[in-house]
Amino acid sequence: MSVAVRQPGPVIEAEPIRSRRGIVWETIKRRPSAALGAGILLVVVVCAVLAPWIAPYDPHEQVGPVFGRPSWSHPLGLDDGGIDMLSLLMWGCRISLVVGFAATFVSMVIGGTIGLAAGYFGGRTDNVLMRITDYFLVIPDVPLMIVVAAIWGPSLFHIVIVIGILLWTSTARVIRAQVKSVRERVYVKRARALGAGHTRIVVRHVLPQVAPLLIANTVLTIAVAIFDETALAFLGLGDPSRISLGKVIENAFQRAAISTGAWWAIVPPGALVAVIILGCSLLGGALEDALNPRLRVAHLSAKSFRLRPLVGRSPDAV
Amino acid sequence: MRGADYVIKRLAFAVLTVFIAVTINFALFRLAPGSAVTNLARVPHATPETRQALKRQFGLDKSKFQQYLIYLQQLAHGNLGISFANSQPVADNLRTALINSVPMVFLGTIFAIVLGTLTGIVAAWRRGTKTEGASLTTALTFYSMPTHWLGLMLVILFAGTLPTGGMSDEFLIDPSFTTHVKDLGEHILLPSLTLGLVLYGEYTLIVRSAMLETLGEDYVLTARAKGLKPWAILRRHALRNALLPITTLVALSLGYIVAGAILIETVFSWPGIGRAVYDAVLQRDYPMLQGAFLVLTCSVVFFNLVADLLYFRLDPRITE
Repeated sequence: MSVAVRQPGPVIEAEPIRSRRGIVWETIKRRPSAALGAGILLVVVVCAVLAPWIAPYDPHEQVGPVFGRPSWSHPLGLDDGGIDMLSLLMWGCRISLVVGFAATFVSMVIGGTIGLAAGYFGGRTDNVLMRITDYFLVIPDVPLMIVVAAIWGPSLFHIVIVIGILLWTSTARVIRAQVKSVRERVYVKRARALGAGHTRIVVRHVLPQVAPLLIANTVLTIAVAIFDETALAFLGLGDPSRISLGKVIENAFQRAAISTGAWWAIVPPGALVAVIILGCSLLGGALEDALNPRLRVAHLSAKSFRLRPLVGRSPDAV
Repeated sequence: MRGADYVIKRLAFAVLTVFIAVTINFALFRLAPGSAVTNLARVPHATPETRQALKRQFGLDKSKFQQYLIYLQQLAHGNLGISFANSQPVADNLRTALINSVPMVFLGTIFAIVLGTLTGIVAAWRRGTKTEGASLTTALTFYSMPTHWLGLMLVILFAGTLPTGGMSDEFLIDPSFTTHVKDLGEHILLPSLTLGLVLYGEYTLIVRSAMLETLGEDYVLTARAKGLKPWAILRRHALRNALLPITTLVALSLGYIVAGAILIETVFSWPGIGRAVYDAVLQRDYPMLQGAFLVLTCSVVFFNLVADLLYFRLDPRITE
């Protein structure tokens, strides 16, 4: 019997996590994928915010022939109403981002509160809240969104609320798990022994520990919210008076951009949505990765096998 | 016995979820202010008799609780109401639609699971290499694309070579069985491919992180120390344990599949349940919408139950 002796790969020093607060910035600096994601989001947000000043044309005004080809004056061509696509995309981005951010905010407030309450108080509160979350998790959210949006009627506000109140389940679960582990740490116990109240413990000790995870989750939720808005708009449930990216895709589809051969009316808006979602996923995924020490090592991987760092293994080892 | 307990618990959870979905369904359509059915009886300039007749037809003259009981009773008999659009029973409409949807969704999901698992394992195995980078980037790109837009891109790419709408060629006269199957196969290809590609991205990411977590476990280190071949460790120690989180996460992605089916069937005019949802929204056909929502929810709950039971089969430890 021969035993294959392998040279172990270079042992990589476990990176000490100085403070969890700096982890967002640290991750962006260290990981190219996070930096790429953050860069994409930055560019998109800047374009959307500056749309009224940098968009070359008015998004409501016919400036050329219907489905005009891309040219020097209209780099992305014209849509079915002779509107400049580039300007339309910039303005559409605004609405899509507003929906994405606002719906995510609603879902973070709900999910964060439920997760925090369930994890912090534990016991019966935890049981009841998590049971509710479980039911919501199973009910498919897009059909429910469609039903609610169809009954309420299309408006931007309704869409934000509909998406927001159905997206919070994963946030609640992630936050609950994290809060549960933080709550058992020694310094929280000490704070409690010193007489700190619930509010103080939550605000001073628990929230700062949970914040990075909440940020990662927010970024990922924005992607889902933007996707959901696009889907609802495509099914004719978007706000008819606001141009969002989803609305631009729907218009192009309904007005036969494909059979006309006007690919420029339908490829860019979807690609832009994909880029935004990609940016969110890259940044959010990298943050989550950085926060989950279990993913950092693989005893068995083709390139090298690393020693499992002790950092983060035992939260009680203070 | 603990196993039986677990099974009963999961069954009870599934039944209760369906019940909650039914209640949400009722509440949305009947109780919400200005809800769909209440509005029906509010015909402008209607005589009081007409209004009364409408109210009676939809049972609005009874108390809310009585309405709820009647709704449950009708549901128990499989009566989902009459479609506004074609005056057929909703249950019949939905049955046809569901039968049409199943093969398309099934094919797409299988494609996604196979491809996603393979690339996910490769990505975890080749951690830190270019292979991982490439497979992750591809997966993330497909994951990021809006489902309906990806469908439209495939339509642009394959228009002319493959049929891009409907389920069969309407102009085939008296097709033989083989022609019919071939025709169906051609029609099913693009919708299934769209669903498969969108889902595959998500599955790759899931499988990769599940594999990475397992590869970091101590028993993998032990297996390595024993001098087992990498392939044996991968197959016998890592993959078998990684199957557990994968099952859960695939079950959780069912809602995503349903959403994808609605969008894809709209793009490709596939006469399935997703298309039924779209048509019901366009025509404000509330009984159909209500019925379709119920069917979609029940199927997701059902497959979740299947996943739970499968999980128990894979890992009896969970009852402890």
